[in-house]
Amino acid sequence: MTTVTEERAAAGVEVRDVHKWYGTHHVLDGVSLTVRPGEVTAVIGPSGSGKSTLLRVINHLERPESGHVSVGGELVGVRRHGDRLKELGERALLTQRGRIGFVFQNFNLFPHLTVLDNVAAAPVATGRLRKPAARELARTLLGQVGLADKSTAYPRQLSGGQQQRVAIARALALRPGVILFDEPTSALDPELVGEVLDVVKDLAGSGTTLVIVTHEIGFAREVADRVVFLDRGRVVEQGTPAQVLDDPREGRTREFLSRVL
Amino acid sequence: MTEPLTTAAPPGAVSQADPGPPSLVAVPAPPRRVLPRRHPGRWITTAVVLVLVAQVLHGLVTNRFFAWDRFAYWSVRPVILDGLLITLEVTALAAVLGLLGGIALALARLSANPVLRAASWTYVWLFRSVPLIVVLLFLYNFSALYHTLSLGIPFGPAFVRFDESRLASDLVIAVVGLSLNEAAYAAKVVRAGILSVDQGQHEAAAALGLPKGYQFGRIVFPQALRAIVPSYVNQLIGLVKGTSLVFYVSLLDLFGSVQSMGSTYPGDIVPLLLVATAWYVLLTSVVSVVQFYVERHFSRGALRTLPPTPLRKARANLRALRARIAREAAI
Repeated sequence: MTTVTEERAAAGVEVRDVHKWYGTHHVLDGVSLTVRPGEVTAVIGPSGSGKSTLLRVINHLERPESGHVSVGGELVGVRRHGDRLKELGERALLTQRGRIGFVFQNFNLFPHLTVLDNVAAAPVATGRLRKPAARELARTLLGQVGLADKSTAYPRQLSGGQQQRVAIARALALRPGVILFDEPTSALDPELVGEVLDVVKDLAGSGTTLVIVTHEIGFAREVADRVVFLDRGRVVEQGTPAQVLDDPREGRTREFLSRVL
Repeated sequence: MTEPLTTAAPPGAVSQADPGPPSLVAVPAPPRRVLPRRHPGRWITTAVVLVLVAQVLHGLVTNRFFAWDRFAYWSVRPVILDGLLITLEVTALAAVLGLLGGIALALARLSANPVLRAASWTYVWLFRSVPLIVVLLFLYNFSALYHTLSLGIPFGPAFVRFDESRLASDLVIAVVGLSLNEAAYAAKVVRAGILSVDQGQHEAAAALGLPKGYQFGRIVFPQALRAIVPSYVNQLIGLVKGTSLVFYVSLLDLFGSVQSMGSTYPGDIVPLLLVATAWYVLLTSVVSVVQFYVERHFSRGALRTLPPTPLRKARANLRALRARIAREAAI
């Protein structure tokens, strides 16, 4: 398979001492994380541990109260202002978001657009491609996720697994340097999980940087270069799948794994 | 296709394949045709309603009070058609301006800016509280209150200055008054529509880095329209009829023309009112038909299959009827 990110090199992700509160709830309590370009990182942990928030901080859907994130060596959502960080304007932020793909748990496809237009919309709207070129690209990407024949369908006419594959094609259309997956299979019927994981596996093999929040421990073991275990807003343990999943050092990791495996 | 029924086995015969478990109920004969239940009540109510309708029609036709020849005469008089044109003009302008105003007010109400939110809330509160006729009469007397309208710094210099009496023709007063009123109601409708769009849509649009205008114009608003259209059309039908109030700011719309002709020809007042009724009914009917197709357009993607158009529905009904007749004949 030709890689789908050939136009933009895989980017690394750097998360430095990020803190995030929801009211009085300290969701992220000094999280630091390094993802090297082309690496696949799986983030696991109990629900409420801050996994999704971490992902949403990386593309600045959530603004952290302190700490910073950089993707491909560029600060995300903020710029340096003396010794402080200042939040970017809307336009600059939106430009940055185009370099970071995001796949949601609930797909969030645009229901009023056809599958093809869902994928082609962003490159056109952001001025990267003209409409015919964007549609051509969309057809190619839909082919890569195995949905070439569904381009004229509307999202609600598809199964959950098909919708999530369209969502992945939509994220790929902007040629992102990194793709963030927020529990991509949690909303799917069990028999549909495999088709989505296969597409993610293809991406992992093609050298795209992926950060995947997941409950599929088996999948994490198979595709991840590194596994990060998050609990109560802190990184408890990280390392290769063999280290973290098969031989965890921390008691909390062991406890969590014994409950999900 | 009805073969199995007509070639039912004779009584007592055992079916060839698996007979299944023995029936718990002793069935004396093999299944025959099932006669549907009869509904004598339906026939009675139908008869009663038909008699009532016939009576009303009889009254309409034979009562000389309605003067149908005068109705025919007045319904296409130029003076009435001119009034109709004014009604159409005022309705169309107020519908568009009201919707635009409503969108602006709804966005202000949903914005993060507390001053905008409060201003929008106050506007809607005020204009929903004041009767339309009062608004219109206020505007009508506006030139008496303010001789010039100027745009500038309050208590400071003015940048632009309008001469009120020249600016405010009767048509402008009517359109402005109706739009101000319409915008307040449209704001509620639009706001509810925007809020009905799933939060995930906003997030997906933001995560893809779509420009702000595109996010609203192409992603959120088209989905909101599905909820907005039915309520706004209700609003619109109210507006069509509400335009009859512009008569009080001396604009001769459809109702105004009928009124003034009625005072000139008092004997024709009833046929004239019938003319107004007929035209208003026609206008709202056209709006309803347009509504069906607009709603159908915006339900694209929201429904797996679109609802059939009336023509297709009629064809399907006809097919069903034919099939039923064929079936009845076969049994």
